Amino acid sequence: MWIYEKKLQYPVKVSKCDPKLAKFLIEQYGGADGELAAALRYLNQRYTIPDKVIGLLTDIGTEEFAHLEMIATMVYKLTKDASVEQLKAAGFEGHFADHDRALFYHNAAGNPFTVTYIQAKGDPIADLYEDIAAEEKARATYQWLIDMTDDVDIQDSLKFLREREVIHSLRFREAVEMLKEYQEQKKVF
Amino acid sequence: MATQPLNKEFYRQLGELQAVDFVLVELTLYLDTHPDDQKAIAQFNQFQQRKANLMRQFEAAFGPLQEYGNSPTGQRWSWSEAPWPWQV
Repeated sequence: MWIYEKKLQYPVKVSKCDPKLAKFLIEQYGGADGELAAALRYLNQRYTIPDKVIGLLTDIGTEEFAHLEMIATMVYKLTKDASVEQLKAAGFEGHFADHDRALFYHNAAGNPFTVTYIQAKGDPIADLYEDIAAEEKARATYQWLIDMTDDVDIQDSLKFLREREVIHSLRFREAVEMLKEYQEQKKVF
Repeated sequence: MATQPLNKEFYRQLGELQAVDFVLVELTLYLDTHPDDQKAIAQFNQFQQRKANLMRQFEAAFGPLQEYGNSPTGQRWSWSEAPWPWQV
């Protein structure tokens, strides 16, 4: 069961129409290291991972949906008032031809989201290392997105998301240590 | 879009709630890997109370934040009304 909360996790302020920036940001919506991939990856791994880390995967996976909604809000706000001419000038015409201003799960290059972006190995250590790598890759993407815009409001929201990746990576590293301890204990008796 | 213009009070209360919720998200993930930290548990309980109070205040003024029965609805069903989070 999931409960929706009618608010964003962190404010998303957009002061101008900027479809070009939206075209880049959509990487974190439907890209390989984006928020959808993260949410689906963690929530799916829960079923076969040791009990000790199910709570962490549940909570981080759930938080990723809050981040997905923040990215969606940015893309929506950056494009909702754009004219067709502005969308074309921003290189958004490929998206517009198929989707108008609707959001779509694809990356910045227009490749549709695919579940092959994520893995479930059934090996707890392998799964958690993939999760750590995913967080670090997402952190790098957020840095590049921050570097690509001079919109301070969008930068503020992106910096929040970048810092969340840092924390998630740290928690997953701790989870690895918890599992290692647990596995060693099992060997003792 | 918003059916009625949102006032400063909406953003003030929302901001306060987001700040308290952030503390609780952080503490939740921290406690997932440090379940024996009594200080963190005490902090969690303190902020959980604050969240409950802020939610009550916010919902009385601006409508339910959660549904499926997790928030009171009052005499009118305003849950399914705008503004949604991406519209404010």
